[in-house]
Amino acid sequence: MMIALLRRLGQTVFVLFGISALVFLVFFATPGADPTARIAGRNASPQTMEKVRQEYGFDRPLPVQYATMMKKLFITQDLASYVDRGELVVPEIARAAPVTVSLVCGAAVIWVVLSIAMGTLAAALKGTWTDRSLMMLGLVGISMPVFWLGQVANLITQSRYHDTWLFSWVPGLGYVPLTENPWGWFKALVIPWIVLAVMFIGIYSRVLRADLVALSGEDFMRTARAKGLSPTRILLRHGLRTSMITFVSLFGLDFAQLVGGGALLTEVVFGLPGVGRLTYQALTNLDLPLIMATVMYSAVFVVLANAVVDVLYLFLDPRVRDAR
Amino acid sequence: MPAETIPMLPAPLLEVRDLCVSFPSRGRMIPIVEHVSFTLGERDILGLVGESGSGKSVTAMALMGLIDSPGVQITGSALFRGQELVGLAQKQLLRLRGSEIAMIFQDPMTAFTPVYTIGWQIDEQIRAHERLSRKQARARTVELLADMGVPDPARTADRYPHQLSGGLRQRAMIAMALSCNPSLLIADEPTTALDVTVQAQILDLIRSLRSTYGSSVLLITHDMGVVAETCDTTLVLYSGRVAETGPTDALFAHPGHPYTAALLASIPPLDGPRPHRLPAIAGAPPAPLERPAGCAFAPRCSYAHETCRDAPPPLVPLVPAGQAGQAGQAGQNTGAQSAANIQQQSAQFAACVLPAEGTLLLPRLLEADTAMSSPGGIILGLSDQGIQPMLSSAGEPPL
Amino acid sequence: MTAEAPPPPGPWRQALRGLLRNRAAMVAFAVLALITLSCALAPLYARDIARTDPFTSNVAGSILLGRHEVDIMQPNDNPLHLGLSPIGPTGHAAYLLGADSQGRDVAARLLYGGRNSLLIAACAAVLCLLLAAAAGIAAGFFGGLVDVILSRLMDIMWAVPVYLFAISLSIVTVSQGLKLGPFVVEADSLLIPIVIIALVYVPYAARPIRGRVLALRQAEFVTAARCLGVPRWRIVLFDILPNVTTTLVVLGPLLMALSLLAESALSFLSIGVQAPAASWGTIIQDGEGLIYTRPMVAIAPGLAIVLVVLALNILGDGLRDALDVRDSARRSS
Ligand SMILES: Nc1ncnc2c1ncn2[C@@H]1O[C@H](COP(=O)(O)OP(=O)(O)OP(=O)(O)O)[C@@H](O)[C@H]1O
Ligand code: SF4
Ligand SMILES: [Mg+2]
Repeated sequence: MMIALLRRLGQTVFVLFGISALVFLVFFATPGADPTARIAGRNASPQTMEKVRQEYGFDRPLPVQYATMMKKLFITQDLASYVDRGELVVPEIARAAPVTVSLVCGAAVIWVVLSIAMGTLAAALKGTWTDRSLMMLGLVGISMPVFWLGQVANLITQSRYHDTWLFSWVPGLGYVPLTENPWGWFKALVIPWIVLAVMFIGIYSRVLRADLVALSGEDFMRTARAKGLSPTRILLRHGLRTSMITFVSLFGLDFAQLVGGGALLTEVVFGLPGVGRLTYQALTNLDLPLIMATVMYSAVFVVLANAVVDVLYLFLDPRVRDAR
Repeated sequence: MPAETIPMLPAPLLEVRDLCVSFPSRGRMIPIVEHVSFTLGERDILGLVGESGSGKSVTAMALMGLIDSPGVQITGSALFRGQELVGLAQKQLLRLRGSEIAMIFQDPMTAFTPVYTIGWQIDEQIRAHERLSRKQARARTVELLADMGVPDPARTADRYPHQLSGGLRQRAMIAMALSCNPSLLIADEPTTALDVTVQAQILDLIRSLRSTYGSSVLLITHDMGVVAETCDTTLVLYSGRVAETGPTDALFAHPGHPYTAALLASIPPLDGPRPHRLPAIAGAPPAPLERPAGCAFAPRCSYAHETCRDAPPPLVPLVPAGQAGQAGQAGQNTGAQSAANIQQQSAQFAACVLPAEGTLLLPRLLEADTAMSSPGGIILGLSDQGIQPMLSSAGEPPL
Repeated sequence: MTAEAPPPPGPWRQALRGLLRNRAAMVAFAVLALITLSCALAPLYARDIARTDPFTSNVAGSILLGRHEVDIMQPNDNPLHLGLSPIGPTGHAAYLLGADSQGRDVAARLLYGGRNSLLIAACAAVLCLLLAAAAGIAAGFFGGLVDVILSRLMDIMWAVPVYLFAISLSIVTVSQGLKLGPFVVEADSLLIPIVIIALVYVPYAARPIRGRVLALRQAEFVTAARCLGVPRWRIVLFDILPNVTTTLVVLGPLLMALSLLAESALSFLSIGVQAPAASWGTIIQDGEGLIYTRPMVAIAPGLAIVLVVLALNILGDGLRDALDVRDSARRSS
């Protein structure tokens, strides 16, 4: 038990190290131009360039550069943006995080509920038209670029049908903090939630249906039928409960990736000042330190979330519980 | 049928007539089980034997109404206590399943839902059929587990399937099947996945059920040894058709169908040195679509001749009426059963042209000898796949 | 079975038959073929049908619609007619879908953009499959240390959200391009998005391939080949690769769908295809500012993406059913 936990911890640390090294290499060792110029931004003065070179140790070997970078990111947290006049990067991310978390949590609730409903219904009615239409609907959801869907949603709710009773409640684009005005927070986020959830509803309902259909051929499902249980009970208590193991592991990964900045496109389209939009702004300014920080932040988040999923597994799957 | 001629017999628990099951494939119906008939009395144990793919499980699943592949066609009749099972409405089936007819499966490893405890799953079945509180259900569960010889039943009930050994799991499976006192237990190869010592224990348990629980058992197996030890009556299936049926002792003493004879020849001796190689039947059973027009066994049968190839030979009584009593007597020596039962099953039938033509197979032991010397027919060797699983499960512990 | 039954068809032929019977997959294929063909004919359309130049700004120009000469930039619909908007859908061959904010023909740009989008998606998918096959086969076949290193590397890449990873790679290449010794890749080369997209999806494709190879390695014929002392590269080339191809074929359309979505996202963020070249993503971005006044500019390329991705997904599903590959990539994100 203890050894297994330690090993898992070791793995996590290793992946964390690997990611930070990978991100570092992408930003500072890609063949091409001098990283100094990239950090200093466009049209930087020679003095600034010199300062950057000193600060990041670009005249020193790569491992030293790496160590300097990590120190600035995680220990002293004084990584600063040159493009944005010395704005400290880490606090900026901390300010943006609640927006992203609000967006992703709401969307997650929607997609989990709807995809379970759709997937289970389709599996129960396997082979019927309902099943086929639901799955086609899911496929359409997967096929839509989220930023485009967001624009269409804006077109409908902000402009074309904004004056009808249906969408007159939709506030203008932007974010309202939960602590200030919970109802405003909710109204501002409903449309983004739905738009972000659409693709995941498609993915998850299809995965769940496939899983349930595959499970229905399993021995234990046959046992459950031989016991004289009702079809609904078999599907929900035996099938769905077992499917939840796969479902949760998928969910953990996707949730973590979204919180870690994967919701960037949605944030940009709806003008939500989250981590993703921060990255986007950094992108338009070519603000390298900020981008690197957000990418690093997201990767760290994903790795930690994976560890959490592993722990969740312990609760969901008694087999795993004993394996360690 | 002899049963009709003797008055005052209790109605049989299960009477299957002309059961046929076909699955659709590429626009055709593939017959998997054809015209299977048998009768199972109260507290009887009927053995259903046959090679892999002969349709044993499909027969059992059809009785339970568990076949739900789209387009499946089930015809014939299966009267359970006078109630027709074929085509029974889903709602009534739900009530029967688990409470009146219970089933246990081959592989206890995968037959339990992995995410619930054993106890939870047994409780679930009890509470699906009877109005009991959680506590009462659990008390019954623990009692059942104890009856099945599970050590420390209260703790075992709280364990997950993967935490138990195969034998314990199969015991729990049987406990679950018996939890609502079913009058019919269908056991589909209950011991195939277990090792030999555990196999014997589970078979003992199944044998004892009729006295302790009053259940009849339909025991599916491909192991003639198991049949010999356990069953009152035997039904041999070959390629979805009945090859031979009759009281176990009579059938073992003088098989009427060459296939039965070959199966019997492949039982390893219980005592004495185990032979290095066991006889096996050359070739494999035909695929359902390639069944010959005549006897399905003809391609592998050393007695095959012209008359065999015209039409499937009907089931004919093997023992002349005068000898029926004799066969019954033989049954009394080993089986502890009522006289009525013996009378009821005092005839042996084989789907082969030989008995009608007057050619009777040699008694069993001699049969094995002749088989060894007849090169074209029943040969020695472990090369054949058809009978292989039977050999390994009877002779050696599974891998 | 009749006596003169034809020999059983090979697995590929059988799969093809299954696919031909699958009506949804056939419709998807037809849609894909149609869209690809029309995009390939983009120059023809622009020169001979629409007679417009989709690449140069044309804010001051006017076009002939029927008999009327019409300005491309039109006064707004507001009461005071303040400000200018590009012309909306005309219903004529020229500017069929209207103009974008620079006065360029959206319909012609849509076809030109489709060429780039489809080209990038297809090349990225192929490149990704090659890389993933190499990694997956190496990891699955050699096992041991190779497997550990490759699998960990995949884990690491997997942990970075796909779009962020792509963005990171884009941003370091988009301003100055890439210099690899003597090779110089210009910043506006299509090669950059292709390579980036292919790279970020390698872990996605390598996993199922590795799984397949691991299963094959246990298979008898590989064991037999090994016992006979057949050299490893021969086993990989003649035993493993042909058997992995089914997995690759099934993954192909799915990867192309993912690549198309990724390309459009990168282009939308202006780090994919660079101006003046177009792709469906860049056109959506052009249309963002016009979304309330001239929604067609953004809607049309979006619909094109949805159509193509949907068709690719259906085709992928059909291929999977026909080739009976289970458990290969079953999700896209
Ligand atoms: N749902 C189904 N659809 C089509 N064919 C089926 C179906 N179920 C079973 N079969 C076919 O029926 C035949 C008999 O299968 P069955 O499981 O009854 O054999 P069995 O005698 O129980 O063999 P085993 O000893 O291996 O359990 C097999 O050839 C199988 O392919
Ligand atoms: S009918 Fe003919 S072929 Fe069939 S078992 Fe009897 S003798 Fe053999
Ligand atoms: Mg079976």
